[in-house]
Amino acid sequence: MTDLEIMDGITEVVREALDDDTIILTPSSVAGDFAGWDSFKHIAIVVATEMRFGVKFRTAEIESLKEIGDFVALIRKKKGA
Amino acid sequence: MSVSDLWWLPENVDWSDEVRSLGGAAGWDRFVSLANCRMDFLRTERLDKLARKNFGDHPPTGLTLPIVRLAVLSSSMVSHLIPAIRVALMRRGMWAEIYTNPFGQYLQDLMDPASALHAFKPNAILFAFDARHALGKANASRDAAASDRTVEDSADHCTHVWNMARQAFACPIIQQTILPLFPALLGSNEHRLPGSPQAMTQRINQRIRQRADEAGVDILAIDARAMEDGLGNWHDPVLWHRAKIEIAPPMAPLYGDLVARIVAAQRGRSYKCLVLDLDNTLWGGVIGDDGIEGIVLGQGSSEGEAFIGFQDYAQRLSERGIILAVCSKNDETIALTPFARHPDMVLKRSSFAAFVANWSDKATNLRAIAAQINIGLDALVFADDNPFERNLVRRELPMVAVPELPEDAAFYAKCIADGGYFESVRMTAEDFSRAGQYQANAEREFARQATADLPAYLKSLEMEMRVTSFDSLGQARITQLINKTNQFNLTTRRYAERDVEAAMADKDTVTFQIRLTDKYGDNGMIAVVIAKPSSRPGELMIDTWLMSCRVLGRQVEHATLNLLVEEASKRGYRAVVGEFRPTEKNGLVRDHYAKLGFEEDGANDAGGSFWRLPVETYIPVHTHIKIGEN
Repeated sequence: MTDLEIMDGITEVVREALDDDTIILTPSSVAGDFAGWDSFKHIAIVVATEMRFGVKFRTAEIESLKEIGDFVALIRKKKGA
Repeated sequence: MSVSDLWWLPENVDWSDEVRSLGGAAGWDRFVSLANCRMDFLRTERLDKLARKNFGDHPPTGLTLPIVRLAVLSSSMVSHLIPAIRVALMRRGMWAEIYTNPFGQYLQDLMDPASALHAFKPNAILFAFDARHALGKANASRDAAASDRTVEDSADHCTHVWNMARQAFACPIIQQTILPLFPALLGSNEHRLPGSPQAMTQRINQRIRQRADEAGVDILAIDARAMEDGLGNWHDPVLWHRAKIEIAPPMAPLYGDLVARIVAAQRGRSYKCLVLDLDNTLWGGVIGDDGIEGIVLGQGSSEGEAFIGFQDYAQRLSERGIILAVCSKNDETIALTPFARHPDMVLKRSSFAAFVANWSDKATNLRAIAAQINIGLDALVFADDNPFERNLVRRELPMVAVPELPEDAAFYAKCIADGGYFESVRMTAEDFSRAGQYQANAEREFARQATADLPAYLKSLEMEMRVTSFDSLGQARITQLINKTNQFNLTTRRYAERDVEAAMADKDTVTFQIRLTDKYGDNGMIAVVIAKPSSRPGELMIDTWLMSCRVLGRQVEHATLNLLVEEASKRGYRAVVGEFRPTEKNGLVRDHYAKLGFEEDGANDAGGSFWRLPVETYIPVHTHIKIGEN
């Protein structure tokens, strides 16, 4: 799975979660860039991302997710393992 | 099948487009209809958000049911579940306003008459306590007496808050059971350790049920659901540690539906009648074609056992007061034979308050069934294995519940049960005797009603028919259809595979093998035609014309005739001649040629007749079937 495919998948999740089909993510995007992406929505996005890619993040890993690039790297690592 | 996304509801392939079009002026009906599609938690939240955006704080106009004002009083984080409760009530046509207490402060809210809860004036209350809250400081070394006290304290607390709520609001109350999320300390014999949190959770749930029965409070049994769906789906410890979320967000759609079922049941809004198709729903195969020996039911085959299992489930629903009815495309006498003669049938003719087997469309028949039993259409659940029939009914009668039965009959019962259509909160003596009451007046003459207007539905199906001459690829299936089809079969001539080969090789014989696809999928080969030069010059004689009853009422026969006449014309024939040879099972097509505009042209040796159609003056019938390229 390429980083681009992972990014596309995350984008779909975020668009659905924030009800905004115009959202475009970059590796340096952070939650604060988008209206409605509060800490509560963040949980929904993390859980939906896990389901989407069939992976499970560890408690400590979730804490370390800051930028979208971190999501991508973590999913790539998990899918590659 | 994933229980978390409401697998008994139909998938909506156009979901994203439809959601995007739910702008300002979209009516309530469109929201209700989308709420009745399969959805995960993100889609649920989005639909809820759009509804709030669209209608704001003003409920939509045209509501037929009172607004639900539900207070969810909880000890942990439940905000992620609230949109799903609203959408689940929307699914049932109900607009909901929902109140949640400030985190952890439900007791203060209840006690203080000046609180926001009191200002909200709920007409329904749900108490949702997390496991740690219910158990307090559990201590595994506690003795039996001390742990008994903890269990009683927890139950007492429930009774206490119910009383407060009842005094303040005089409304129905729902109590959620405790999610059994504690890991075992002993193992299988956990119950022998009185202070074990796992064992105590189970005992508290027992006590809550007893108290609720005494107090007239209704239970939301998430402990039972966790057993059914797996605790791992319901609870994610990571999210508990992170945000005090006890119920995992992906389960929100199901959780919301469980709540809405009880709210609906408390308001008398549950379904009352299960309407069953016959072929491939109560038994495997088609009784009209396969006959009593050929249908799959019991007899030690695993598929046959699965159909028995479903009949058992329907029988038990009936015993507890759900009315049963039959709605089948069949000849009534043929449809009744398994009930009279098949040794493995669980359901009997007398199990049904209405038994409708004919060739009218099912929407019309469901209207008649509702009228005959004298209940509303919105009390019917319609179980049919055939996606065409399901979608027709959803379209024509949106108030009828139509579960998306899975392909394997082994899961029919679970589909109906997971859908929660028959959720009930009380059992009365009348419920137990209801089945009998309805059967008593079951034998009334059944009045045919006007046929529903179907062209729009047929058009929406995007049907495409592909017709080819016989070929070796289709040979086996052609032979099978020729030897199996009894009902829609004009001459019932049986041919072996080598006869089919011979027809294939003969340049003068016109052969059609016909396949039909629609937007829901490929129906496979569904009709066969063989036509040969008649002994009378200039006439093409239809030797064999048969069709699967699954595609009845879809204009396939009209489209077929169009092509046949076209072919006859190409070959220089002046007329097409058909023949009807009556059998015990093909009464369905007695008027087939008359309906297609043929003129009767003398009797045959089988007690039937010949029919003639001039080619030159034939005007092709307009259908909603596209003819595909080969």
